Amino acid sequence: MDKKSVLERTRGRLDRIGDPALKAITFAAAALAVTVLGLIAFELVRGSRLAFHRFGLGFVTSQTWDAIHNHFGALSLIFGTAVTSILAIAIATPLAIAIALFLTELAPKPVRALLGALVEMLAAIPSVILGLWGILVLGPFVQNQLEPFLNSTLGFLPFFRGPHSGTGILTAILILTIMVVPIVASVTRELFATVPPELREGALALGATRWEMVRGVLLPAARPGIFAAVALGFGRAVGEAMAVLMVIGSQIGIHLSLFAHSDTLAARIAGQYNGSSTNLQTSSLVYLATILLVISLAVNIGAQLLIKPIDRRPRRRRIALDRAFEAQGLSAD
Amino acid sequence: MSEPAFTLKATGRLRRRQLVNQGMGALAAGAALLAVAVLAIVVISVGSRGAGSLNLAFFTQNQAQGFNPKGGGVLFAIVGSVMLVGIATLIALPLGVLVAVYVSELAPPRLARVARMALDISNGIPTIVIGIFVFTILVAAHGQSALAGSIALAIIMLPLIARATEEVLLLVPSSQREASLALGVSRWRTTVQVVIPSALGGILTGTTLAIARVAGETAPLLFLTSLGTSSTADANPLHPLQSLTLVIFSYSDQADPAYQSKAWAAAFILMCFVLFTSLAAKLALARYRKKLGG
Repeated sequence: MDKKSVLERTRGRLDRIGDPALKAITFAAAALAVTVLGLIAFELVRGSRLAFHRFGLGFVTSQTWDAIHNHFGALSLIFGTAVTSILAIAIATPLAIAIALFLTELAPKPVRALLGALVEMLAAIPSVILGLWGILVLGPFVQNQLEPFLNSTLGFLPFFRGPHSGTGILTAILILTIMVVPIVASVTRELFATVPPELREGALALGATRWEMVRGVLLPAARPGIFAAVALGFGRAVGEAMAVLMVIGSQIGIHLSLFAHSDTLAARIAGQYNGSSTNLQTSSLVYLATILLVISLAVNIGAQLLIKPIDRRPRRRRIALDRAFEAQGLSAD
Repeated sequence: MSEPAFTLKATGRLRRRQLVNQGMGALAAGAALLAVAVLAIVVISVGSRGAGSLNLAFFTQNQAQGFNPKGGGVLFAIVGSVMLVGIATLIALPLGVLVAVYVSELAPPRLARVARMALDISNGIPTIVIGIFVFTILVAAHGQSALAGSIALAIIMLPLIARATEEVLLLVPSSQREASLALGVSRWRTTVQVVIPSALGGILTGTTLAIARVAGETAPLLFLTSLGTSSTADANPLHPLQSLTLVIFSYSDQADPAYQSKAWAAAFILMCFVLFTSLAAKLALARYRKKLGG
């Protein structure tokens, strides 16, 4: 009896410490996660100060990247990033939506899970392996088959002229497309799966063909989510360093031709940071990283805002639970 | 009144609608086929080039020194990768679970939203930017080390683990928490002894997915741990260690085909590891979700 009450007393004390302690520890961890995000932004801005003082905002509009004369600008890198990412996402989006449609609407039931897993495996392949494959397998194909073909059929356009090369914008676009398709496809697939079956069945019952049901019901219902998925895929393409570094040819300059060598923000940082010879060059590379961070923050926050309305249910459940805790007088709030 | 001509063959508008429908179906099937074909081509080309160079020495020896790049193996890189990813997991797993517990169990809704948003934003930060960040706070002053690389990988893993954990915590039925509370168990005991154990399977598979993801990371390691300098096995996390991904990258642009075939072999090992672990984790996660009725 005596012993038990001691146990109960210590247990009560432990519980009195336990609740606030758990709350404090987990809060500290969450605060750390938020702080790291802030610190990343702070350190990048600090690191790019030297270059910012020297070049100001003109850095963004200057094309030169000249380590010998110590003059640096980001324009051609921004151009390379924009061309590769935008074209990759433009090719990837219809493909990804088509894949998601096939996986949710058309594929025979037993095949669905397997096909879905295969598409997601494509997303799991490390970028350095895709880069290696890009140099040694895709590159020669692009140089010897794809570029001559594009040149002979669409050569009247300025985009498909110039010397053929295994490395360059076109190869980078193809590699980025391969990386982005599975990301957009798997998100889109989940979106389609959440569209209520009554809506589908209603459209079909009205005599719509399956495609009319897709166009009239499924796509509109999933539209904001698809935009968010595309934004996430775009962010991924913009930030990809390794695979692009390995296949794009690392050259400064703005060319209309997709056969030309180019470079992107992320690839330039990956390629030059180690060998950077002056503080100004290092700082300019950090400036590039800051630009990259700003772009990816904008894209990601945009995507979050689009997804937000979908994300309600768990919160309501948590609030209900909070109330349950409070009703017991156990809340540490 | 004459009988209307009755035909089972669609004509006119209906025929066109059906053709469009079939055409779109074919395009969708074609897109899915294309994705699978690309996967097959990548896997087969890495496999056919890499598997041939695999032998026992590739796993158990270091790069041969001197003028014979053919000999030896990549033991140093395997050890380095295991160290880098292992330490990163040791850092990110407890932190990630704590963050998830805070966000899904304890935080007031507004703070939870802020934390969740921060996690999603962190998840979208290009990994090369995280590499630069860790370089400026650690490597610039203390030099390259595997630990610096692990910290960068941990920063990448944290949001992945936290979000995956949060998702499974939400799948744990409220009735379990309520039952525990009704018995007079305090909130922290409920969390530690009821909620987390019943979410453990999901937490571990989420962590496995995060491991598969960072095992293939190269960009953040470029400036943090050694690139192409050391090629002896070493397990001291304070030394700059190599990794499989760095070896693939640095061997890939060597002119000597012996290095290229080693890059393929290393790529093959890494690809097998990543694909196998992520597939296994996904299957486990799907089964786990079904079990909790999510």
